[in-house]
Amino acid sequence: MKIKKLIPDSKVIPKLRTVTVESITNVGAKTVAKAEATGNFLTDVADVFLFMMLVLRGTFSRKFEFREFLRQCFQIGVKTLPLITITGGIMGLVLTIQSRPVLVDFGAVSMLPGMVAVSLIREMGPVITALICAGKIGSGIGAELGSMKVTEQIDAMEVSSTNPIRFLVVTRVLAATLMIPLLVLYADMFGILASWGGANIKGDVTFSLFIAQAFGAIDFLDLFPAVIKTFFFGAVIGMVGTYKGYHAGRGTESVGKAANSAVVLSSLLVLVVDMIAVQITDMMVL
Amino acid sequence: MNIENTQSLNHNTFNSLSNDPVINITNVAKAFAGVPVLQDVSIQLYKGENLVVLGKSGTGKSVLIKCIAGLLRHDKGTIDVFGKDIKTMRSREIDEYRQKLGFLFQSGALYDSMTVKQNLEFPLVRSGKKLSKKEMELKINEVLENVGLPEVINKMPSELSGGMRKRISLARTIIVDPLIMLYDEPTTGLDPVTSDEISTLINDVQMKYKTSSIIITHDIKCALKTANRIVMLHEGMLYREGNVDDFESSTDPMIHSFFH
Repeated sequence: MKIKKLIPDSKVIPKLRTVTVESITNVGAKTVAKAEATGNFLTDVADVFLFMMLVLRGTFSRKFEFREFLRQCFQIGVKTLPLITITGGIMGLVLTIQSRPVLVDFGAVSMLPGMVAVSLIREMGPVITALICAGKIGSGIGAELGSMKVTEQIDAMEVSSTNPIRFLVVTRVLAATLMIPLLVLYADMFGILASWGGANIKGDVTFSLFIAQAFGAIDFLDLFPAVIKTFFFGAVIGMVGTYKGYHAGRGTESVGKAANSAVVLSSLLVLVVDMIAVQITDMMVL
Repeated sequence: MNIENTQSLNHNTFNSLSNDPVINITNVAKAFAGVPVLQDVSIQLYKGENLVVLGKSGTGKSVLIKCIAGLLRHDKGTIDVFGKDIKTMRSREIDEYRQKLGFLFQSGALYDSMTVKQNLEFPLVRSGKKLSKKEMELKINEVLENVGLPEVINKMPSELSGGMRKRISLARTIIVDPLIMLYDEPTTGLDPVTSDEISTLINDVQMKYKTSSIIITHDIKCALKTANRIVMLHEGMLYREGNVDDFESSTDPMIHSFFH
């Protein structure tokens, strides 16, 4: 259907002749789609903000679910220990085996314990442990809450006069926030132990000397910012996992999607938080 | 309660019960993303009755009881429960209302990470009743006896069959002595024998706990066995209301296709 020419013989606006109702409709549809996409994005942002506010309010509520919090601390903390033991051990061992030849070349092999300890405590320990936890804990929380949503367990909880945000979300976010720093410290310790083992594969250094040199190289500004940022890593992993699970769709497919997106987003956010933390630490040192 | 001894049909037992409306639904409408699911629905649930809501899949039955339970907010109209519209209730009032409410979900909705005993303890601890540990154990054993499954107390939900899960779910809802029961497709996915047992249990719960119940179903056997009154929804609107005899003798093609 063609629109009649508004100015039949005009050379100024000849393109008017080719304008159709369909093309106007297409432009309209694209504009509406873009507006909807923008609206959806803003709705998502508002959703995340609202969710964080609810979690914050639930955290300081008098009806705190202490037993569930302890259960989650056990689930997140104790049940992740074997994985973190292996991760910490491999980190320390690999770092030692890779660094030793270079330090030997420069005649600085005595700096090995200090270098490994600083690397582990400042960066490798927190980030790698947090990424491993994002995979195990983030996906676990996302899948658990997602399946609870799909099978109406969250609705059942609400009908039982129980606030699901307080029972399911707050407990998991707080447990992750508290347990991940402890897991990181454990991974650091185990990494240093493994490093001593690695140093003794081709060298000979006593345990007491290795530990004295390792801890001698660490100062307050190595440890303090590294520990503080792990609390944020824990909060991010807990928050993303619970948000994705709590907002899963209705089908079983959405459980997988919730778990997957919880891992991807929390891993990404761990790196973003780490980058910000490094910048802040850098400013503190200067 | 003994499942085997229960009467076959329920629709003659209601005449002795009161006619006070417990739930008064007036002109309720609900839409999702602009698509209307419920339109101008008005239904009353009277004290002590089993009201069956019939209708094809997708006619808004489940949405209706989720609105009644306050899990979804209706867009228009009022749902008065014990004389107050749930839309105007504060969160504390909603909690108090839900302590008088039992909801049997279509999937059972047992908490996967808890044993049967913990599933039953969960609403009891949060019901506002201050019970001792011994009283709680007695109550748990009582409801498990009532649903005929005292032996599964320490099992996980994953170890139970579909029918057992439904029964435990029913036990979990009646453990708080609810005044109102909402059943969302209670017999879906069950074999005919187990479906019949669940229908019998629904009648037993009505008699023993004096509950007023809304039963959402498209299972005609369940509807016939449990209903004191039936309403039919079609395309989100109230299509017909009456007793079992009205529906059975109806020549309306829509109703006829359901009943025959």
